[in-house]
Amino acid sequence: MSDSTNNGPVLAADGTPLKRSLRRSLRLQKFRALLLIAPLLAFILITFIAPIADMLFRSVENKIVEETLPQTIALIDAGGPIETIVPNQKVFSALYVDMFVAAENKEHTRLGTRLNYEQSGISSLFRKSGRRVARLDVEVYKKQFEEVDPQWADVATWQSLAESANSAELLPRAMWAYNAWRDYVRADGDNPDKEAPEDFIYVALYDDLIALDDVTSANDLIRKSADAAPDFETVNFKEAFVKFDKDWASENVWKTLRTYSTPYTEGYFLNAIDFQKDFDGYSLRPDNQRIYGVLFMRTLFMSLVITACAVLLGYPIAWLMANRPMREANLLMIMVLLPFWTSLLVRTSAWKVMLQQQGVINDTLVWLNLVDEAGRLVLINNQFGTIVAMTHILLPFMVLPLYSVMRTIPESYTRAAKSLGATNWTAFWRVYFPQSVPGIGAGSILVFILSIGYYITPEIVGGTTGTFISNRIAYHISSSLNWGLAAALGTILLAVVLLLYWVYDRIVGIDNVKLGG
Amino acid sequence: MVDAEEERAFVEFDRVQKSYDGEVLVVKDLNLSMPKGEFLTMLGPSGSGKTTCLMMLAGFETATHGDIRLDGQGINNIPPHKRGIGMVFQNYALFPHMTVFENLSFPLEIRKMNKAEREGKVKRALEMVQMGEFGARRIAQLSGGQQQRIALARALVFDPSLVLMDEPLGALDKQLREHMQFEIKRIADDLDITVVYVTHDQTEALTMSDRVAVFDDGRIQQLAPPDQLYEEPENSFVAQFIGENNTLEGVIEEIQGNQALVRLDGGGLIDTTPVNVSKVGERTKVSIRPERVEFGRDRLGDSAHTLKAEVLEFIYMGDIFRTRLRVAGNDDFIVKTRNAVNQARFQPGQEIEIGWLAEDCRALDA
Repeated sequence: MSDSTNNGPVLAADGTPLKRSLRRSLRLQKFRALLLIAPLLAFILITFIAPIADMLFRSVENKIVEETLPQTIALIDAGGPIETIVPNQKVFSALYVDMFVAAENKEHTRLGTRLNYEQSGISSLFRKSGRRVARLDVEVYKKQFEEVDPQWADVATWQSLAESANSAELLPRAMWAYNAWRDYVRADGDNPDKEAPEDFIYVALYDDLIALDDVTSANDLIRKSADAAPDFETVNFKEAFVKFDKDWASENVWKTLRTYSTPYTEGYFLNAIDFQKDFDGYSLRPDNQRIYGVLFMRTLFMSLVITACAVLLGYPIAWLMANRPMREANLLMIMVLLPFWTSLLVRTSAWKVMLQQQGVINDTLVWLNLVDEAGRLVLINNQFGTIVAMTHILLPFMVLPLYSVMRTIPESYTRAAKSLGATNWTAFWRVYFPQSVPGIGAGSILVFILSIGYYITPEIVGGTTGTFISNRIAYHISSSLNWGLAAALGTILLAVVLLLYWVYDRIVGIDNVKLGG
Repeated sequence: MVDAEEERAFVEFDRVQKSYDGEVLVVKDLNLSMPKGEFLTMLGPSGSGKTTCLMMLAGFETATHGDIRLDGQGINNIPPHKRGIGMVFQNYALFPHMTVFENLSFPLEIRKMNKAEREGKVKRALEMVQMGEFGARRIAQLSGGQQQRIALARALVFDPSLVLMDEPLGALDKQLREHMQFEIKRIADDLDITVVYVTHDQTEALTMSDRVAVFDDGRIQQLAPPDQLYEEPENSFVAQFIGENNTLEGVIEEIQGNQALVRLDGGGLIDTTPVNVSKVGERTKVSIRPERVEFGRDRLGDSAHTLKAEVLEFIYMGDIFRTRLRVAGNDDFIVKTRNAVNQARFQPGQEIEIGWLAEDCRALDA
């Protein structure tokens, strides 16, 4: 082309740079291709990626504490030196307001459950306190404010305050309490404009006014009230809470609350690797509480054993299938695929029947006098049972990739090796086997990744020693409802799989994995 | 054959039969003996049994009946890896997970040769096929022709006395194929090895071989040197299969010594050499090569019989002219003439007279 001799960009026939006109002509093609995959992409994003991302996000998310007890958390997190772990009156007063709202919204039990993961007993503490907070008599505040100015009893006064510009600055807690009150009154189906403000709002108002230094920007009502407030008769909230439950006086509750007050926490992850986060920092859990490390190691180890068993059992079958005439190969293929046509539950239950102490295998062994009645083997509800059943269930996933790779290895390679003087074994080991390695790789990755996250079979035949990390995740999802921990465990599992995949890629090379062709 | 020759036979098939399913014989009664150093090609259409014969010789198929002998020793029960026969496969079968060097070194390692000796031999083998620089390459990095050379080198590197080649040039383009034919022939002559070569390409067979065995229907139809095969086919299959050939059908009218008069179905009498016909009145297929047809009486003599022919097509091909004629009812009668100075160029529709020498025209089985 004559254009290539000068140094400028190559031009298309109409004078535009060739690159640009090429891009333009390809754009429509790309757009069409994108349209074709758009439905699937949307489907996957909405039903798969987004939920997983949400679930992973839960492993660090911890907003519930701050959202349920905003005033309290703001005070104890206010910074500055921490004189005492168990806080002063002011904090208990804020706690009362927070707790009152939480109890009305029935959120205090959720928070209790959340904090109970970190310290057992908090759940009942919150439930009990929530109940009693509602019954605590704080009318004295309201009465005193009405004495200062009767306007305070009128909800209209509050509404005008809520609408004024600077009141959120002057009376932050009172405004928060007022708005929270309006919200739950409205949620109950009532009109807050026709209700009298509840007593707890005046507690918040009192706290605000006590803390107020500069009243120049405030209106008369607030200024007058602020002047009067220091002389008010007050309720001793600390005493009251300690009376609800003496745990409120214990350092542990407050340590836990402060440790987990942040909106995001690494606590779930620490928990998932048998560490704990407490007030003084990170520490390894005591011996008897460490379970996840063992479970992770066991899951990895057993998945490896299952993968190895599947290779050992699957390789000869795949080889036979690839090297026998079509008719025999098809028969073998049907036998390999037969388990796929049976429900997973049925297959696993069948293993239960086979392996249990009064089961078929033990009965046969006793009948053959190989073991005596007392010496029946324990074949199930342990690691052995899980390995046997899962090897059986995952075997097709090993055989199929192996078969599809082996089918593409021409017989002439082995023949060539033999004609060069190799014995059957040498021809297999030096020539055939290396070429089937991509199949082993593909099958192993498939089986290993499937088994590392397997749930049903270990649940049914695993007993206590043969369960996997996924069983623990399922427990936290459906029984203990500690979704944060479940998410953290799941995230770690995902990370481990990705890490192993990366290691595999470095050692074997992912290009060497073939599923066929 | 005489006894003395049989004793010298290096490879020998003795009444070998092969059946895969117990119903059909793929190889029917194969007898073949070849001396050391010969380049023998098995030529035939697909399904004629030639590859099966090669595989039986290599040991990958067992003969259903009969003996195969190598250097006087029966090898029916010797497994392939103990036969010491080099083999070049149709798709080369070079091990893709090894380098070129490792491929060549493989048979030597198996023979427990030490490293220095191995390296020397591999180097020499690579140089023999002019691939000395390619030892470190992976197989996938080589072109088809290069792979072919490596396959050849690997089959020869352990000094086998017999090398089998199963359509080794089938995957190459025409030019490369012709080059490699020459190359293989040169190497085989240099090393004085015995080669059994299987192909369905007759040009390849004719240019490379000392002798060609034409296979059809599980039998050797003719076993002869290339020139004899082309010029003196023993039956109509060989005549048809090797080279271009004109066939006219007819009945033997008269036999006199080595000449026979044939009356063609489409009318006319011609002189022929009887090959495998013996009786007057027998049906025959007469075979005549396109380049042996004469147009004038200069070389034929006055007594020769001639035929009337109509020119249907005249194709100019540069070095030769190719003329299609209608002769005795046959519309596909081809005549090839050299583009010589005085050579006539025919026009379609032109009526001409053709004839041939009796020795160029063979009356074969019908």
